[in-house]
Amino acid sequence: MSDMEEHDERVFRLTRRKALKGLALGIGTMVLPAKDASASVWESFFQKHFRELGRLERQKILARLEKEYSAQYKKSVRVKDTPPPEGVLFGYALDLSRCVGCRRCVYGCVTENNQSRDPQIHWIKVLRLSKERGVDLEHSEQYYNPATVPQEGYFYMPVQCQQCENPPCTKVCPVQATWKETDGIVVVDYNWCIGCRYCMAACPYGARHFNWKKPGLPAGDMNPETHYLGNRPRPVGVVEKCTFCMQRTREPDGHYPACLEVCPVGARKFGNLLDPTSEIRNVIENKRVFILKEDLNTQPKFYYFYSV
Amino acid sequence: MQKVWAFVRGCLLLLGKGSKLYYAWLSALMVLIAIGVFAYANQLYNGLIVTAMRDQVSWGFYISNFTFTVGVAAAAILLVIPAYVYHWKPIKEIAILGELVAVSAMVVCLLFVTVDIGRPDRFWHLIPKIGILNFPQSLLAWDVVVLNTYLVLNFGIASYMLYSYYYRREPNMKYVFPLLMFSIPAAISIHTVTAFLYNGLAARPFWNASILAPRFLASAFCSGPAGMILMFQVVRKWTNIEIKDKAIFKIAELIAYAMFINLFLLGAELFKEYYSDTVHLAPVKYLYQGLDGHSDLVSFIWTATIFNLTAFFLFLIPQTRENYVTLNIGCVLMFIGVYIEKGMGLVIPGFVPDVLGDFYEYSPTGTEIMVSIGIWATGLLVFTLLMRIAVPIMNGDFHVGEDGVKPHIGDQLFLVRKRVAVEEEDLDSP
Repeated sequence: MSDMEEHDERVFRLTRRKALKGLALGIGTMVLPAKDASASVWESFFQKHFRELGRLERQKILARLEKEYSAQYKKSVRVKDTPPPEGVLFGYALDLSRCVGCRRCVYGCVTENNQSRDPQIHWIKVLRLSKERGVDLEHSEQYYNPATVPQEGYFYMPVQCQQCENPPCTKVCPVQATWKETDGIVVVDYNWCIGCRYCMAACPYGARHFNWKKPGLPAGDMNPETHYLGNRPRPVGVVEKCTFCMQRTREPDGHYPACLEVCPVGARKFGNLLDPTSEIRNVIENKRVFILKEDLNTQPKFYYFYSV
Repeated sequence: MQKVWAFVRGCLLLLGKGSKLYYAWLSALMVLIAIGVFAYANQLYNGLIVTAMRDQVSWGFYISNFTFTVGVAAAAILLVIPAYVYHWKPIKEIAILGELVAVSAMVVCLLFVTVDIGRPDRFWHLIPKIGILNFPQSLLAWDVVVLNTYLVLNFGIASYMLYSYYYRREPNMKYVFPLLMFSIPAAISIHTVTAFLYNGLAARPFWNASILAPRFLASAFCSGPAGMILMFQVVRKWTNIEIKDKAIFKIAELIAYAMFINLFLLGAELFKEYYSDTVHLAPVKYLYQGLDGHSDLVSFIWTATIFNLTAFFLFLIPQTRENYVTLNIGCVLMFIGVYIEKGMGLVIPGFVPDVLGDFYEYSPTGTEIMVSIGIWATGLLVFTLLMRIAVPIMNGDFHVGEDGVKPHIGDQLFLVRKRVAVEEEDLDSP
């Protein structure tokens, strides 16, 4: 009896690695097709949470992803992990009196951020609202399709991730696969997300999108300048969202987000909320500003304003 | 330890024995399970695109079934309380069946969550230490904890008791009683946590009502026990077990009270939404009246409402409660009524209209329905196998043999229509 117990103990005192291996073998033989069972599949299966990785582990993973993506999209793909710059809290402002509802931001975003083209995933939704009703979401129209915009009697409100200071989405994630970085950007570790979609139920802005099938991203359209937590190609079955183009905005020679650059009427403003001389601070301090669904206390860092 | 193995071996031996009907029933379930597995394989291969879920309605039929089944699992405590708190003998004799229902329901629950997630290969991310369980922040993490606890608890209690009976001794109540008492708050916790999972989302006004958790509990004490009453009658007709009428009628009476509370809470919720008439009325209107030409759920929810009301009166009036025809009609109506109300009727209006006012009308695809049928069949299979062991043990037809090692199997058939004489005797007894 006691011998048996001792034996049992030895058997069940598994290390983390061993336990995972057993698990992986069990599931792997059932789920993974044999032809994909290469070393990199196993490496990505065993990969730890992004924030638990050491510097060397991180570099190895980025190198592995770069190799994979470069082979898949037949071009030299870069995967960065640029950390949040210090002393920066990103904020965005959108001028509702200028926006004409052309949706160039929507497609500029898709091109920059490697969203799936089939099925289409849009991180920005432009709502058409009637001037009579004002910001009344229940009567908004996303699928407007006239020959020319703007249309008489309507104004337009683009909605994307509001990068909440108090984000309901990160709180509900059962595996901490999504979190708020120190520069205020809410990110997803696409290699840790289990695809339960609880965050999508929790988001009051419809900012989170799911890869219902393997993303269709033609090699020619792929943007090779990517960030691990941002616009790198996503796997099937995980959630993705706007990151204020962190692959651009976090760089020292910082660019604006793609949606801002593409906007033909200059309705979009972006900058560092902690810098008193920034354009975004100027907007907040001098314009009539509002935030969406203020009563939910999500504290968005995405401000809507009327310049005229 | 050896005794445990002998017991397990005996059980496995027993599972292989049975009448033609028993084998036919198992085969039928296996066929349904195979269909489900086939459909799920297709879903794994192509992604969740084969379901009707989309970004606007990101949870659908799977999570609806999950929510309903959590309720069914409550059946157990409606037996445990009268049996072990009030020591009422007719129910004490069958309390173990409630635990087996709970075990099967939990298996169904966990399967529905599993088929809903996009990356089942990463489920180990949920295991504390190996992965990261976001406890206590995420209510889904809480649900993982309480559902598994409830499963282990009920399985543990039931198997220990059956194990004791198998070796022809009384279970040691010193160990069992505290666990039984713990299973009462545990059952309440699975509903409360599942309700809070929805309740905590300010983004979804339809769920963000504090009445949700009480409603979950009330409706759970309707659907689970209603299903159980039907099941008891099937079981006592086709197997050798005896279940007294008194026990069944008592459960029916308890259901009437639970349904009253459920209807009252529903009324309170509807009053608040309609009288205050804010923007939060939209999902309720979508559900009960249809909104802007979108009305897929309207006929379902009114069916559910009428079924629940009718069933309530059938259970309330002693004459209809104690007449098997009307009682069974009531059970069927209530089971379907709560299935609609607490399944699709709860989940879908949370997403329609969506947070930006978009309407996407959801109805499940063939894949979703086939996978779900497969899961329900798995639940029934688990339940049948558990009953195959439990029924003979409780009847004294399955116990350790004279030599103390080999099992004695007195019931070779299990599923068989009882002799008419026995049934008549049943009816004559007071």
